[in-house]
Amino acid sequence: MTLDLRRFELGGEIGDTGEAPGAQDPVSAVLDVLGQAFGVAAEPGAPGSGTRQRTWLDTFDWRLNRAGLVLEYERARRGSRLLLSKDEVPQAEQPVSGWPSSRPRLAEDLPAGPVRDQIVKLARPRALLPMATAAGTVSVTRLLNADGKTVARLIVDRSTVTRGDHAVRLPPRLAIAEVRGYPGQARKAVRLLAETPGVSVAEHSTFLEALHALGRRPNDYSGGVAADITAQMPASVAVATLLLGLLDTLEQNVDGTLRDIDTEFLHDLRVAVRRTRSAIKLLGHVLPGGLAQAYAAEFKWLGDLTTPTRDLDVHLLGFDAMAGQLVGASPADLEPFRAFLVRRRAREFRRLSAGLRSARFRAIIDHWRKALVEVRDARRPARRRGVTADQLAVATTERMFRRVVAQGGGITAASAPESLHDLRKRCKELRYVLEFFAPLHDPVAYRKVIGDLKQLQDCLGEFQDNQVQREEIGALAEAMLAERAAPAATLLAMGEFAANLVLNQAEARADFAQRFTRFAGSAGQQRFRALLNRPSGPGLARPREAGQ
Amino acid sequence: MKIYATYNIKGGVGKTTAAVNLAYLSAADGYRTLLWDLDPQGAASFLFRIKPRVKGGGKALIRGTKALDDAIKGTDFENLDLLPADFTYRNMDLLLGGADKKPTRKLAQLLRPLAAEYDHVFLDCPPSISLVSENVMHAADVLLVPLIPTTLSVRTLDQLTEFVADFTGKRPEIRAFFSMVDRRKRLHQDITAKLSAERSGVAATPIPALSLIERMSVERAPVTVFAPRSQAARAFRALWDELNDEKPAETAAAGS
Repeated sequence: MTLDLRRFELGGEIGDTGEAPGAQDPVSAVLDVLGQAFGVAAEPGAPGSGTRQRTWLDTFDWRLNRAGLVLEYERARRGSRLLLSKDEVPQAEQPVSGWPSSRPRLAEDLPAGPVRDQIVKLARPRALLPMATAAGTVSVTRLLNADGKTVARLIVDRSTVTRGDHAVRLPPRLAIAEVRGYPGQARKAVRLLAETPGVSVAEHSTFLEALHALGRRPNDYSGGVAADITAQMPASVAVATLLLGLLDTLEQNVDGTLRDIDTEFLHDLRVAVRRTRSAIKLLGHVLPGGLAQAYAAEFKWLGDLTTPTRDLDVHLLGFDAMAGQLVGASPADLEPFRAFLVRRRAREFRRLSAGLRSARFRAIIDHWRKALVEVRDARRPARRRGVTADQLAVATTERMFRRVVAQGGGITAASAPESLHDLRKRCKELRYVLEFFAPLHDPVAYRKVIGDLKQLQDCLGEFQDNQVQREEIGALAEAMLAERAAPAATLLAMGEFAANLVLNQAEARADFAQRFTRFAGSAGQQRFRALLNRPSGPGLARPREAGQ
Repeated sequence: MKIYATYNIKGGVGKTTAAVNLAYLSAADGYRTLLWDLDPQGAASFLFRIKPRVKGGGKALIRGTKALDDAIKGTDFENLDLLPADFTYRNMDLLLGGADKKPTRKLAQLLRPLAAEYDHVFLDCPPSISLVSENVMHAADVLLVPLIPTTLSVRTLDQLTEFVADFTGKRPEIRAFFSMVDRRKRLHQDITAKLSAERSGVAATPIPALSLIERMSVERAPVTVFAPRSQAARAFRALWDELNDEKPAETAAAGS
């Protein structure tokens, strides 16, 4: 049996299982048509036939799908395997045993094999989650010529997807498999199939059909900001809409964080909190009745609640790379440090879990949502001085840009590290404001500005992260000593690593001037003006030159 | 790619039934297997219900105007393909003779590109001593020689062994097995027991003379398919297990 020539489906409707009494199996009509040109004979036990369960896996944020890849775990009579495909063309396959397909599993925990090789970099550090599962049977019918020779095969795949407590039947899928040396016969069978009433070319893969049956679609989660706002929308409505979007993201990550599926649930949750806090600070004034200010402290509490666990995650995620940089010490010397981090993380995670299960957390989320929905759906939105979303976007972005330019322009080689830390915060705020209002900007101009800003942020991030990590290593070393969990070799290795961090920080510091000039110099400012230039609007007042 | 060839100078000794059943068992074990029906009578092609015809005939294959790959047909069985016979193969000696500077190596050369595609190739040869059979011997890694247990057959095996011993370079391994063995005949019993014990290269498993094997031409399928639990099928299975000294095929579970 070789390739499927073309895929068809029957009926085209997704429906609940349970045939109407006396209804004819739709596949039998297909067999009648094919039977006029070929002998037809069922082929029980044919390769690929029998019961089969397929589970499609991806990370929570659809990393594989975004790369055009589909990963499938297939459990069938002849064993279980992982299949990786791109545009329905197989890329790699590896047998697996004991895969708990209903439970998440880190990509890097997969057994060695070609599928793991192709996805591990893409997925790490995320876990693979079951996105949809279809169970069913595949039956094979031989199409015979006058000599009784098999010249093609009809493959019928019947699957159901479980949604809640009932099974949803997918349209049966049909394919003609060519037998080597008989391409004409396979084409003939395809032609007959295409002409059979009720049969249509399958437009979607079984995976997509299964997702639709579950009421889902690919890429239905993104950690990014995706608020549905328009330029002329009242600013209050736009801000409420984007805050609701951030709240959705936050809530979508709570379960994965509590189940500790992978570290990125907490990361995305934190980013949503940070964005919310920035939006409250920079845009909250357009919301009615001091609403935003009332929640500023609550979201700060939430952010602080998540920090210790995330900091330890960062240490653990970078641990192997850190150990690999050691020259004087051996990576094995760091193992007590790793064990310490793991213990401490377990402790901090318990605190985090308690916080996310607390009444306080639930109250913040519920009340915040209710209040935002009221603002968004208000019949007469409070137009603060008639401000539209676009006017708010331009004014806020311009203000933030000026602030970054002014603050960055004042930084010299002699400036204290705190000045770079402050600038990093301003850059983050500017980035968030840009992302909040991205739908209102020209996409090309937006991409250019974001590109410049990202480079600057990376440099500032590198500078600060190295410093923070170094300070943390110092604090952790003291904590280890206090717990008598610090062998001398481990402390020395930690010292060597801390020294490496100083070097990295110095390199980032050296890059700063060039990156800042690219962002805030005349070309960068021009790009910003192009972004904020509105045909009917006031336009961007010329910002102060960097360093003035 | 390992090449097996069923060969005997005599006809009607069970070459084709052995080639068909052993090739099927090889495929069933997961080896990607090709059977080339070199006999212009096309018995193996008939047994797999495949028309004994190659577009352009043997000439196109030998001259390379048609790649072997393009003439291959899928059988009804997973992992098993067949290169059909063609009546023009009766002139294959002439075609090979005019082929090039190394007329005895032409088949080996033609098969070489299939190495990535197949684990095992079975050549079902016409009975004779000819340029075709010499080509087969040069191409094959293992010569499977069915022997009817008679004194003359044993002599034939000796002659074949000597002939191959004179080859320069690669020589095929000769693996003989007794075919069409009638257990009721004392002579068959004696020769089978004596030779299997005394001579290396003679398989211990005999293929019995059974009417079920003759039924293959009615069923048009290997006996290992239509009567898998029969004595005949068990004998072919035992013979294949004896002949195949490779580790189990890893491709057995590969895609359909």
